[in-house]
Amino acid sequence: MAKSGKIFPVLASAALLVASVSPSFAAAPIKIGVAGAHSGDLASYGLPTLKGAELVVKDVNAKGGIKGELVELVLVDEQCKPEAAANVATKLVSDNVKAVIGHTCSGPTKAALPIYRDAGIVAISPSATTPELTQSGEYKYFFRTIASDDRQARTMTDFVLEKLAPKKIAILHDKGDYGLGLATYARKFIGESGKAEVVLFEGITVGQVDFSAVIQKIKRSGAEVVIFGGYHPEASKLVSQMRKKRLDAIFVSDDGAKDEAFIKVAGKDAEGVYATGPTDTTKNPLTIEYREKFKKAEGADPGSFFDNGIAATLAIINALDKAKSFTADDVATALRSEKVDTPFGEISFDEHGDPVGIGFNMFVVKDGQYVTAE
Amino acid sequence: MNVITIKNFRNALVTALWFMFLTFPIMVIKVNTTENLIVWRWHNLLYVGATAFTASLLTALYRQYRDRKRSQQQQEEGTSRVSWNERFFNTPAIARPVCALGALFFLVFPLLFSTYQVNIMTTALMYVVLGLGLNIVVGVAGLLNLGYVAFYAVGAYTYALLNMHYGVGFWVALPLGGIMAALFGILLGFPVLRLRGDYLAIVTLGFGEIILLVLKNWSEFSQGPGGISNISRPGLFNIQLSMEATLNYQYYLTIAMVLLTIFVINRLQNSRIGRALFALREDEIACQAMGIDKTTIKLTAFALGATWAGLAGVFFAAKNAYINPDSFTFLESAMILCIVVLGGMGSILGVIIGALVLILLPEYLRAFSDYRMLAFGAILVSMMIFRPQGIVANIRQSYRSSKDGAP
Amino acid sequence: MEYFLELVFSGLTRGSIYALIALGYTMVYGIIGLINFAHGEIYMIGAFTALIIATVLNMYGLPLPAVLILAAIAAIVWSAAYGFTVERVAYRPLRGAPRLSPLISAIGMSIFLQNYVMLAQTPNFLPFPTLIPEPAFLEPIASMVGTTDLTILLVTTVVMVLLTLLIKFTRTGKAMRATSQDRTMAFLVGVNVDTVISITFVIGSSLAAIGGVLIASHIGQINFYIGFIAGIKAFTAAVLGGIGSIPGAVLGSFVLGLTESFATGYVSSAYEDVFAFSLLVLILIFRPAGLLGKASIEKV
Repeated sequence: MAKSGKIFPVLASAALLVASVSPSFAAAPIKIGVAGAHSGDLASYGLPTLKGAELVVKDVNAKGGIKGELVELVLVDEQCKPEAAANVATKLVSDNVKAVIGHTCSGPTKAALPIYRDAGIVAISPSATTPELTQSGEYKYFFRTIASDDRQARTMTDFVLEKLAPKKIAILHDKGDYGLGLATYARKFIGESGKAEVVLFEGITVGQVDFSAVIQKIKRSGAEVVIFGGYHPEASKLVSQMRKKRLDAIFVSDDGAKDEAFIKVAGKDAEGVYATGPTDTTKNPLTIEYREKFKKAEGADPGSFFDNGIAATLAIINALDKAKSFTADDVATALRSEKVDTPFGEISFDEHGDPVGIGFNMFVVKDGQYVTAE
Repeated sequence: MNVITIKNFRNALVTALWFMFLTFPIMVIKVNTTENLIVWRWHNLLYVGATAFTASLLTALYRQYRDRKRSQQQQEEGTSRVSWNERFFNTPAIARPVCALGALFFLVFPLLFSTYQVNIMTTALMYVVLGLGLNIVVGVAGLLNLGYVAFYAVGAYTYALLNMHYGVGFWVALPLGGIMAALFGILLGFPVLRLRGDYLAIVTLGFGEIILLVLKNWSEFSQGPGGISNISRPGLFNIQLSMEATLNYQYYLTIAMVLLTIFVINRLQNSRIGRALFALREDEIACQAMGIDKTTIKLTAFALGATWAGLAGVFFAAKNAYINPDSFTFLESAMILCIVVLGGMGSILGVIIGALVLILLPEYLRAFSDYRMLAFGAILVSMMIFRPQGIVANIRQSYRSSKDGAP
Repeated sequence: MEYFLELVFSGLTRGSIYALIALGYTMVYGIIGLINFAHGEIYMIGAFTALIIATVLNMYGLPLPAVLILAAIAAIVWSAAYGFTVERVAYRPLRGAPRLSPLISAIGMSIFLQNYVMLAQTPNFLPFPTLIPEPAFLEPIASMVGTTDLTILLVTTVVMVLLTLLIKFTRTGKAMRATSQDRTMAFLVGVNVDTVISITFVIGSSLAAIGGVLIASHIGQINFYIGFIAGIKAFTAAVLGGIGSIPGAVLGSFVLGLTESFATGYVSSAYEDVFAFSLLVLILIFRPAGLLGKASIEKV
């Protein structure tokens, strides 16, 4: 313990030094947490949000910040693990953040929300889709810039039943929170409509190298349409291997597959694949602006949920700027009442926290591009 | 004297060139396959070369230092080499105050630090319990278990499901979680314990995966990947606690749990079963020849280890108030195993230090943000290289006969 | 019946994919008794190297066959180099250390390599080109088995035969067998144990690279995490067949692949892994050293 006696004065003087050196105008930056999967197997869904938030904040700070104060991001990684999410949530609370952008996955979001609620912090997720997060009414400070599973499944099944009108449908999912949730709602809606029969409902293993067995099973079931709930890596593997096995059932998927990467990976097999997603964003100036900024900075395409991340960051910064104070109630009110320009167009939020103003459509791949399906 | 010879220098140069070659495709070239763009990052080559060069020189210096120390020790014959922890425990004048200070530190911890620090310390302490539990199986009995997290999951889901369906409270669920996990341990242990070494390891790994998959797929039973939320936190005579108080309360509960675990395991190691387990680890055949029932003893170890995992699982569910299958992956088992091996197999103090280091390290590495897990992997490797026996090597209890021949 | 055959072929495809990775595991385990968790990462690095080199060469306008061959060679060279380096850095200093220490070192290496590739390249999935063309004369059976599947099957068989020959009939093979039976004794009779172990890692890693290129071409995409998932399955297959045995690794992989395929076909793909691991437990209960492993009789 003799050592610590020496360390403490050193630390204290170092702290003083830092405090005196740091620029005076940044006396108390406004902290915003960014929580999600920044490493581990799901990093590719969390990192685009982080990079997007950084780009937006850079712009905001260049323009003078929020109410004259600079914004500082506190980045915390939880690898989409609930227990880590609870820990980083307390870290953000301890760091006195004014709002949180996150989390990436629904499970960790569920684990972290009670902590934010008790501490009075607003959270806005770019990618957590489980319906009860908003619909249960338990988390009044939670918002999201993505459609909930049931809403997306509704768009999807309505389109499939009316426009494609198959008799037999196979539903696959990736056993994850997102994919299974969506698949379950799709099965429910199709069953209720009575217009088609779900002949197959199966989970596939993420990361598996070969799906030919399940594809042969679909073939035998005679399904004309395959609905897949999950993300683009599995979707492109499935559709490529379906075509290789000469199964030409129509492939319908979700927001997780409506990604440039899906078309790039699946190549010509992607043609004619349907996917639901927010109404066409490619012509939105904000989308173009931030995608270009990202490419300039990283030399690559942004990846999944980038637009959602940009939208979440823009929305929360706008709300913090317009709110009367930084208390959660005021920020939440501002999120609900103030419209904000995002890559999805002008949006605000309903009383549950779901986005208003983001339209949802079915898209189809045509000549290597997602276009709105008629 | 430490000298860098020409030979060291040349070796370092060769190493640097080798690593520059090795990392060339991954570090230097970055392709954008969508637009057929190639970014050449030649500066990375320079960094790699410089790092490898320095690392090589430092290793050479360390080797010199180590060899010198060894030859010194050989010269001083007669003074047998005593490890630092043995010296530590055999000198009450140092050991007692240090232990007291340590205890005091943990006692006042919540008063000194923020809720976040308390929270991650609680997590770390939970891993101490898990590590000590796995230590019975791996460190003491020498049975490599790669699916330990399955029992942790059994405990957590026992509490979560009982709480959701029947509103069972924490204190009732705690023993139930332990018992359920022990039952699963016996269930698995019975058929597989005649397997040796790594075959046992892979079967336990498979068992862990099976439990995880069932939790994921059997939604009617376990709520599937959506998980179970709103699990009651541990109660304290029906008093409503604030968030901070709850966290502190959980912290002290976990401390109590750790103390209980240490007490039980300490007693266990010196008991008949403990002696038998040590014997089993050293030599199975000799052990059988001595008349020890191998199967029963192994099963006991397995079940005991599982019980602690189950108890920790109940704690885990109560602390987070939400669980889903993602918390019980193979990586978690690997992490607990790392705690045991890195801390020092069979040593209680070692496991405690190992858990604190491995769980707190990634938290404090957050400053490195993106490089966090990279650093973690590197530290794991280098710790093993420099201290393969773990941070604290286990001290075997030794008995000395007194001079006058009395036993 | 046709459905049954389709499932058999999908099982064989999957099995041969596992086998390409399992061979490396089984070789390393056979010789130093270490579960080399970083092996899956070597496979991933092989796939990445091939993709990077192929893209670069493509840009410079080389003809496709040349690009293919050069990329495959680059993958093998660099994977072998990584395998060699990993052994030198993370495992060699641990010879003679407690049995579990190299295992932890391997886990650390695996985490390190994953994050290294993620940071140096990208966390996203990259499209991997289809390398093997589909000739017209195979069209009649295309709905059952694809050209890539057949290629992987063929390569696995050839590699297995070559490896068996190498181990049975060459000097190096003899030294490998001697080292795996008794390292100290092999050293005493003049086998350079360190070199033999290095050679084993180099061969195992080269196989992983071949696997990386073929499998990535089959699934059409790669990211930094593909090695981990494939690694665990491949290791399971190696144990199932009897770890340390070359034909065992291949047989174990096929058994595992077929089990998963039938489980998917006749039960549910959600539980394919449950069947796979249950089979593993069952087989090990009745044959504790795996299908082709020799039961070691311990003499006292």
